Formats: sequence, structure tokens, C-alpha cells
Amino acid sequence: MKSFALFKKDINSELRTRYAINSLAMFVIVTLSVILFSIGNETISESLTGGLFWVVIFFTSMSGLSRVFVSEEERGTSLTLQLIAAPATVFSGKLLFNLILVFAMNTVIAVLYSALFEAFIIRNFLLFLVSFIFGNIGLAFASTIIAAIISKAGAKGTLYPVLSFPILLPLILTSVQLTLFSIDGTSFESAQFELAIVVCYDVIILTTSYMLFDFIWKE
Amino acid sequence: MIWKIFLFLLLCFVSIAGITFPIVENPQRWYEFPFIKGLEENAKIIFFHVPTAWLTVIAFFMTALYSFKYLRKKNLDDDAKSYAAAQLGIIFCILATVTGAVWAKFAWGAFWSWDPRQTSIFALLLIYGAWFALRSSIESEEKRATLSSVYAIIAFVTVPFFIFVMPRIMTGLHPGSADDTNAGPVIDFKMNANMQLIFFLSLIGFTILYFWMWRLGYKSLIYRDKLNKQLLIRG
Repeated sequence: MKSFALFKKDINSELRTRYAINSLAMFVIVTLSVILFSIGNETISESLTGGLFWVVIFFTSMSGLSRVFVSEEERGTSLTLQLIAAPATVFSGKLLFNLILVFAMNTVIAVLYSALFEAFIIRNFLLFLVSFIFGNIGLAFASTIIAAIISKAGAKGTLYPVLSFPILLPLILTSVQLTLFSIDGTSFESAQFELAIVVCYDVIILTTSYMLFDFIWKE
Repeated sequence: MIWKIFLFLLLCFVSIAGITFPIVENPQRWYEFPFIKGLEENAKIIFFHVPTAWLTVIAFFMTALYSFKYLRKKNLDDDAKSYAAAQLGIIFCILATVTGAVWAKFAWGAFWSWDPRQTSIFALLLIYGAWFALRSSIESEEKRATLSSVYAIIAFVTVPFFIFVMPRIMTGLHPGSADDTNAGPVIDFKMNANMQLIFFLSLIGFTILYFWMWRLGYKSLIYRDKLNKQLLIRG
């Protein structure tokens, strides 16, 4: 239950400063308005909206998800955390926090996005929901472990998207494909292969990062 | 020494044979290559393009392997080995991308068309780039070795996805793709015996070249570290 205590501590300190939430919310608005301005009066095709949806999600995650570990390093509290908790506890606590953050952020993005883009019509809602959930889980897992690496390395801001993009690329490509399927209204059965890929990605990233976190944290 | 002479002769033979042997309709003599429909004279680049792509993957595997070894034993020599492997890997990755793009321009009409394998090599290029960016941002040797090892392993476990994911998402142009209709891999069906021989000799030659360069690379890195330490102790 220690990891849950850690999670509560993170929630409390986040609610006190609201740094991650504010920057994420602003980033959603900025990215969406940049896309809307660049589109102007053009009508964009349905398949393009599926890709742009994940562009917004990727760049928004890159702006705020590294906070969980970077804030510990900045405040100099990571050594204390090392003393009181095992690496696995720290990792699961931080992972839980990032999961909540990713789900909140992406739900807001999905709602705003479907309100602002008229061409973004989901025809198979169940498929979209399932792929959205598993995609978010994978995003949270991968971004948490990269955030841990980043917090120990010197350059924090710029390196995060650089390191995350190649790792997230299989997930993003498959999720874009799944979103296109749900826009087209493809049946659940014919998208099973892609869903299986996303689930495999989640499991593999979780296992590797869980095993490798010890080495990062002790550094 | 005998290895180096052998390698020199092998690569000389492969380069000369690969470039100069003529391509004819009905190969009769031992030095003639068959005419492959759709590839024509462009087919010769296969002797140089495929080995570079192969070595990119080998180098990536070696980087991950020695990263794993480093995390187990914490021996900085292993870090030097993975660094030397990745240095060669990024060179061959760029070479594979460039030779592939040139070949694609003549065979498929465009330098880049996001074929599954083009996307995979692009992802490898990104991973190598990110890996070097991560390394250059860290000062301390042990920290750099640990963090880059962790990143190399995480990147390594995601790469198999490209093999399974890509062919489903995008249409393939390379031979052997899932939706390839014209008679499967070039190597098995369309090459004749001497073309296959030179192709595999080229693969072997480039692989030996890679391991030789890698050995030189990591040895010089290890010696440099040793000399630096000695200078520090004396000074």
C-alpha cells in the first residue's frame, strides 16, 4: 500500500502547484488551435482527423508527463524517496499517477477534438473506446520509464520527446490505424490483430520497464 | 594478418564482380548475371544495399547485448563495446537509408514511399540518434553507461513490433512483403547461382569487416580510458 501513499503524495503536491495540469491543459488548447488555424476554411478528410488526433495526444503528453520524476530531482527529494521506499514501490506509485494524468488528459482531448472537428465521427464507438484505453495505458507506461531516464540525465526538456518518439512509434502507428478503423466503422473482429498488438506492447513495455527501473533509480 | 589479406581480397572481388559483371538475358558463362524483370541493371546495388541493412540490425543487436552485459556486471568495457557497435551501426544505418533511397528512386520512382522496411530503418535511425543524444547529455561515465544501456534495451524490445505491425498498416514494395504478388523473394527465385554466390560472399565479407572495425573501435576506446586514468593518477 506504500505505492498508493506515494500516489496520494503526488496528487497532493500536484494539486498544490497545479504545474502539470496547467501546462497540459494549455498545451491541449495551443496544439488544437494551431491545427485549427492551419486548416483554416479547408475541409479535411475523415482519415486525416484520426492521425491529427494522435499528433495532439503525443505532443501534449510530451509536455507534461515527465514531471513525475523531474520534479523529484528538481526539489532534491529523490534521495529521501530512495531511503523510504523500494524502487518497485516508487515506480508503481509514479505509474499510477501518470496513468490518471494520461486518462484525464486524453479524455479532455477526445471531447474537445470531437467537438471542434466535424469530420471526426466515430462509427464504431466500442472499438474506439477499447483501443483508446489500451493506447493510453501504453502511452503512460512508456512515458513513465522515459521520464525516469530523463530525470537522471542532464538535459530535461528537449530530450524527452526525442527519446520517447522511437519507443512510442509502434504504439502510435497502431493506434492511428485503430482510430481509422473506428472512423470507418470496421467491425470489432477484423481489428483484433491490431488490438492484440497494442495489448502486447503494453505488457512488454510494462515488464521491461519494471525490471529496468532498479538500475535507473539507484543511479 | 592472414584474415586481413583474405578480407581485402574478398571485398575487392565482391566490389569488382558486383559492379562489372554484365547482366544478360540468358546467362551462359560463369560471370553473367540474369536479367530480372523490374530490376534490370539496378539489381547490382543489392550486393551493397542488403549488407548495410543487415549490419545495421547486427549492430543494434550487439548494442543491446552489451548493454545487457553492462547492467549485469557493471564493467565499463562492455559499455565501450556497445558504444563502438552503435557507432558503426549508425554509419551503416545511414548508408542503408541512402543506398535504399537511391535504389527506390530508380526501381519504384520515388526516393521515399514509407514502405514497411523503409519505416523500420527510419525508426532505427531515430533510435540511434536518440541514443547518442542521451549519451552526450550525461557527464558521469557510470551514469551514462547505465542510462544508455537501459534505453538501448527498451528500444530493442519495441523493434520486433515493426516487423509485425508495419506490413499490416502499409503496403509493401520490398520483395517478400505480405502483399507481394510477383513471385516472392528475389534471392530464392530470380537470382542464378553465381549471383547468389556473390551476394552471400558480400554478406560474409561485410560481416567480417564489421567485426574487425568493431574490435578496433572498442579496443581504442578502452585504451583511451586507461590512458586517461593513468594521466589523472600521475598528474
